Amino acid sequence: MTAPITVALAGNPNSGKTTLFNALTGARQHVGNYPGVTVEKKEGLHVAASGEQINIVDLPGTYSLTAYSVEEVVARDYLVQERPDVVINIVDASNLERNLYLTTQFLELGVPMVVALNMMDVAEDRGIAVDASRLAELLGVPVVPIVARSNKGTAELMATAMAQAGRAWNPLQISYGEDLDGVLRSMEKEIEERGFLTRLYPSRWLAVKYLENDSQIRDRGAKENAALSADLDRWVQGATDHLQRTMETYPEAIIADHRYGYIKSILRQEVITRKYDADRLYASDRIDKVLTNRFLGPIIMLAILFGLYNFTFTYSELPVAWLEGFFGWLREAAGAILPDGYLKSMLVAGVIDGVGGVLGFVPLIMFMFFGIAILEDSGYLARVAFMMDRIFRMFGLHGSSVMAYIVSGGIAGGCAVPGVMATRTLRSERERLATLLTVSFMNCGAKLPVLALLTGVFFASSQAQVMFLLTLLAWAVALLVAKFYRLTILRGESTPFVMELPPYRLPTFRGLLIHTWERTWQYIKKAGTVILAISILLWAMMTFPGLPEGERERIDAQRQELLTGYPAEVVQEATAEGAEEEGLSPAAVDLLERLDALDRQEAEEALEYSAAGRAGRALEQVSWLAGFDWRTNIALVGGFAAKEVVISTLGTAYSLGEVDPEESQSLAQTLADDPNWNPVMAFALIVFVMFYAPCFVTVVCIAREAGSWKWGFLAMGCNTVFAFGLAVVVYQLGMALGLGG
Amino acid sequence: MPRIMLRQMKRNQSGVITAVKVAGELGRRIRDMGLVPGTQVTVQGRAPLYDPVALRVMGGTLTLRNNEADHIEVEVTEAQEATQS
Repeated sequence: MTAPITVALAGNPNSGKTTLFNALTGARQHVGNYPGVTVEKKEGLHVAASGEQINIVDLPGTYSLTAYSVEEVVARDYLVQERPDVVINIVDASNLERNLYLTTQFLELGVPMVVALNMMDVAEDRGIAVDASRLAELLGVPVVPIVARSNKGTAELMATAMAQAGRAWNPLQISYGEDLDGVLRSMEKEIEERGFLTRLYPSRWLAVKYLENDSQIRDRGAKENAALSADLDRWVQGATDHLQRTMETYPEAIIADHRYGYIKSILRQEVITRKYDADRLYASDRIDKVLTNRFLGPIIMLAILFGLYNFTFTYSELPVAWLEGFFGWLREAAGAILPDGYLKSMLVAGVIDGVGGVLGFVPLIMFMFFGIAILEDSGYLARVAFMMDRIFRMFGLHGSSVMAYIVSGGIAGGCAVPGVMATRTLRSERERLATLLTVSFMNCGAKLPVLALLTGVFFASSQAQVMFLLTLLAWAVALLVAKFYRLTILRGESTPFVMELPPYRLPTFRGLLIHTWERTWQYIKKAGTVILAISILLWAMMTFPGLPEGERERIDAQRQELLTGYPAEVVQEATAEGAEEEGLSPAAVDLLERLDALDRQEAEEALEYSAAGRAGRALEQVSWLAGFDWRTNIALVGGFAAKEVVISTLGTAYSLGEVDPEESQSLAQTLADDPNWNPVMAFALIVFVMFYAPCFVTVVCIAREAGSWKWGFLAMGCNTVFAFGLAVVVYQLGMALGLGG
Repeated sequence: MPRIMLRQMKRNQSGVITAVKVAGELGRRIRDMGLVPGTQVTVQGRAPLYDPVALRVMGGTLTLRNNEADHIEVEVTEAQEATQS
């Protein structure tokens, strides 16, 4: 048997490429990454009518094959290096002229190709008739009209593609005008004589890329043969100077002009007939009159974003509660079955809590991606970017950043994990990284119990106002830090905003489900393993080294002493299986309470003795600057697992046992009475909790999404240093002003 | 017909692009999206803060920022004032 045929699917964004891919492959898809970049590589299997299996690769959507963003580079590298048997170029029949720009570049590259003329129904509605056979004749490649949404014409498309598969590459030569054609011929000659990269690229194509000043190709050329590459550069320089002198233009502009000229000349030959004027307003434009209206637009946008936020966090509540319930049950079951000891402790506090932590986010992520998929597939997200761009650009971000911030807790109570993943909708690298690194500053749902506890104790009279202030503070810090990153490590021109507002379309349910599922699964698969490992590590830090033998004996002795102090029947009553508080004698209740206190004391001592405890103690030297004692330090270490753990760890450190973040009155009382705590220190702590290292689930996601652990560590380190600096300023200033009361 | 920069165009005003005076990444992007000399454009509207601007080009809608529109020169064909909406 021969190897299965590989078909590459290419086309503009919004041309229906993903819809066609889903229609062809159904659920038989596999999502990965192209090596070294964060661009998704989607592959799938299509079973042809003949029963033959065909491998389909969905290339990133691009408008061109000239290196502009990483998508273009990925798409053309795939074509020249992997050499798929045939390319299906999907074009939007209702927007043919612009779509054919990419088609022309495929023709110039010479790949065996079929053009899939998609959205014939939309075109028809718009009074546009496209003569497919005439277009095929003029382009010199088969053209098959299809409607990907309803799976019309796809069988014929695949049959045509199969017939084209494996044909020899046959580059098209477009004339770029007298000035450039001469130069191109000379360059081609040199390239061919020296066999310069010709195993990968057609010679003319290569020469054109040099003229277009394509940095990736020029770098590759310089590595292959520096002397020849420099020669070609000289030709380009000559042509550039000449064009600048005579026409004040650039070779790349001339090349683009001629490509469009080529397209226009084809379309003029009775390919397109229009019933209406090309600029006629369609339903989509009428919707836009309202949705991007100067006054109504922002209001509707706020309502929609708020709706998405509510949808995500309200409807995911129930499945999240189920999962929590399930893991709570698992915890108890494991606790009951396993004998006491490190194994039990590790399984319960390390493994079950760790896995529970990962899976606990899954419903949230699914709902958020579902909501975003609706906004994205319908075309609304592009409008959000359009309306918000002016504001976000001031901070070196992009209009599309708004989504990630809101999901992360821009409306207090979100979650940075789906927020980080929401940055995928940003196509520009620097803006995306700046967003990615700052979304965790928002007040996520896990920080809220901590903030609520502290504001409740120390700012009780104005808690609501303080909480609102903290939301504003989070926005201000996130945007300013983003600006700082864009001025320093992510410095660079803002990515052009030249983008398309696609016509509004009703998303297909199947498309939404596939979209949601594949992103959710990626989260589980990628983040899961690392998070489990870190969870166990954190458990170990807070457990080892265990209390020395002597200490434990001392506490055991105290326990024995306590027991012998009571009459035998009371001891028996209190320690009997299934003893409940109610119905016990006062003496037994008293004994139980004392035993409990002893247990809590042991837990506190064990925590202080552990690696985390020692770290907390050692850090006191520095952390005093912000007013934090060792107990707070440990709690903050614990908060790296999840921010609400700050509360339960503080509870343990104050010998209160494990405090439930939802019911923290006992801890609130203790903090209120502790002389070390005062409003200034509490505010310093609030600031620190808001801005220090994101929880490790977020850190793992940042590293994954940014494509390198460097960024994950940066978020951990820089945020902690920054938060500490801020906390010290708050504390020192507050104390100096005598606000510590 | 007067030639003006795209930034100065008013809502619903149409024109034909006469020059795109920028090279590099931005110029490439502008051209990739179909904004080349000879293309007809109509200003469809502006974002709530007057920036970016939305254009009708070849039957689709494109957006670009004002400072990007500064590189595009247009020959205005009709000066339709914004009478509706």
